[in-house]
Amino acid sequence: MSDAPAPVGVGESGNLVEIRDLYYSVGRRPVFSGLNINMRRGRITAIMGPSGTGKTTLLRLMTGQIRPDRGTIIVDGLDLAGLNRAGLYGLRRRMGMLFQNGALLTDLDVFENVAFPLREHTDLPERLIRHIVLTKLHAVGLRGAAQMYPAELSGGMARRVALARAMVMDPDILIYDEPFAGLDPISLGVILRLIRQMNDALGITSIVVSHDVQELSTIADDSYLLSEGRVVASGSPEELHANTSEVVRQFMNGMADGPVPFHFPAPDYSAQLLARGERRRRRRI
Amino acid sequence: MITLLRELWRSTREALVQLGRVFLFFLQLLAFTPAALMRMRLIVHQIFNAGALSLVIIMTCGLFVGMVLGLLGYDLLSRVGSEEVLGAGAALALTKQLGPVMTALLFAGRAGTALASEIGLMRATDQLSAMQMMAVDPVRRVVLPRFLGGVVAMPCLTAIFISIGIFGVQLVGIQQVGIDSGSFWSQMRSAVELDDIREGMVKGCVFGVACSLIAVYEGYNSLPTAEGVGRATTRTVVISSVATLLLNFMLTAFML
Repeated sequence: MSDAPAPVGVGESGNLVEIRDLYYSVGRRPVFSGLNINMRRGRITAIMGPSGTGKTTLLRLMTGQIRPDRGTIIVDGLDLAGLNRAGLYGLRRRMGMLFQNGALLTDLDVFENVAFPLREHTDLPERLIRHIVLTKLHAVGLRGAAQMYPAELSGGMARRVALARAMVMDPDILIYDEPFAGLDPISLGVILRLIRQMNDALGITSIVVSHDVQELSTIADDSYLLSEGRVVASGSPEELHANTSEVVRQFMNGMADGPVPFHFPAPDYSAQLLARGERRRRRRI
Repeated sequence: MITLLRELWRSTREALVQLGRVFLFFLQLLAFTPAALMRMRLIVHQIFNAGALSLVIIMTCGLFVGMVLGLLGYDLLSRVGSEEVLGAGAALALTKQLGPVMTALLFAGRAGTALASEIGLMRATDQLSAMQMMAVDPVRRVVLPRFLGGVVAMPCLTAIFISIGIFGVQLVGIQQVGIDSGSFWSQMRSAVELDDIREGMVKGCVFGVACSLIAVYEGYNSLPTAEGVGRATTRTVVISSVATLLLNFMLTAFML
């Protein structure tokens, strides 16, 4: 199976992130085998795929949290392999990342969570920090929750605070890891609107990793569908919907079985049921 | 027999590798310390967490240990007619041995477990990863202030434990069984020398470094699961307790 081509008509200079021939394995299990992806500047790129295809792993590779076995990852012209710790941290200052669970610092209130990167990286006066933080919290609609602690927030609110924190340093790239997981329809709509608004208003590049096809289709400019460590389809959401490949159709239409099997690889069912003397693995607690 | 030896060799090798990792982690913390001292607010906050919040348990235990020491000491000394040296004997025992060791064991149980579980939970909930993504080094921002807080708090807690312990001894010795107050305190003053106090404080500092280091190392390297955090907390108490007793033996032998 060969990789699908990158979105057509994109010059090399238009790419903020370029992934070339990427290989990565966990133990003996290959996660990526020759992955190629381009992410265009100023656009919203969706990375989709079934659970376990390594979407979050791809984000960790792109942000330098883990190193690939082989291949090149170039972010804003910088090859991650050639960056030392200081270089990597310098690059990360221009990135914002929204974690799946928000990852707010639980011993700080909402205001201090958002102010955290400013306090760590700048010497701005307190009045200016307050102004910036309140502006960002206002943008996500949570200015009134500034004094609350993460434990007091709902899942949707926590993610909005995390979004405010991710953009407080005015990053060039905003990365969202499963931003819609576990959200009620209202919170989901709010997050969707915020992703689109942030991208358009601030002129940043957004990378959204999710398996929520319908939601992503409404905001993504470019999409990549991953399966078995490779890109199986790419293009606009409309192009993905029109794709006739079986694996793409299974994913886009949410079919339980198909090229991505319902059953995890296992021995023959009847043989296993009829087998005698197999040791029971149940452990008494 | 060969299997047993092989297993023994494997365990020893693993223990040495682990010890090496802890030592490298310690060196890393030392290298970051000068910069961390520029942000005293973070360290003071952790001194409060590790020290002030441990005060109640330290003072309560110090009082009871002192009172038991007073009762036992009086019982023993009254048999040989030397009750008046109770103050001296108890003060020496508390200053050189019981104070530092008991404080370290209590510190490992209260502050050490709190440090390990807090850092472990931060890892399990992606808070440390989030910091790294914000270009903030969690070792400098989270681990080091907690380590330094523990290192500073421990000798202070040791001094408080010893003081309260001596108060407990006099409660029993002077107030309850009626030893002469003058001879109690004068015997203590003449017996306890500056070197004894120094020995107690040196032990307090060394135990503080050991217990804090073990707690932050276990927390930082815990598996990001509920079981992983629980295991890190347990390991913190067990390893800190064993390390305290081992170091106490070594320091006592060295300073005799």
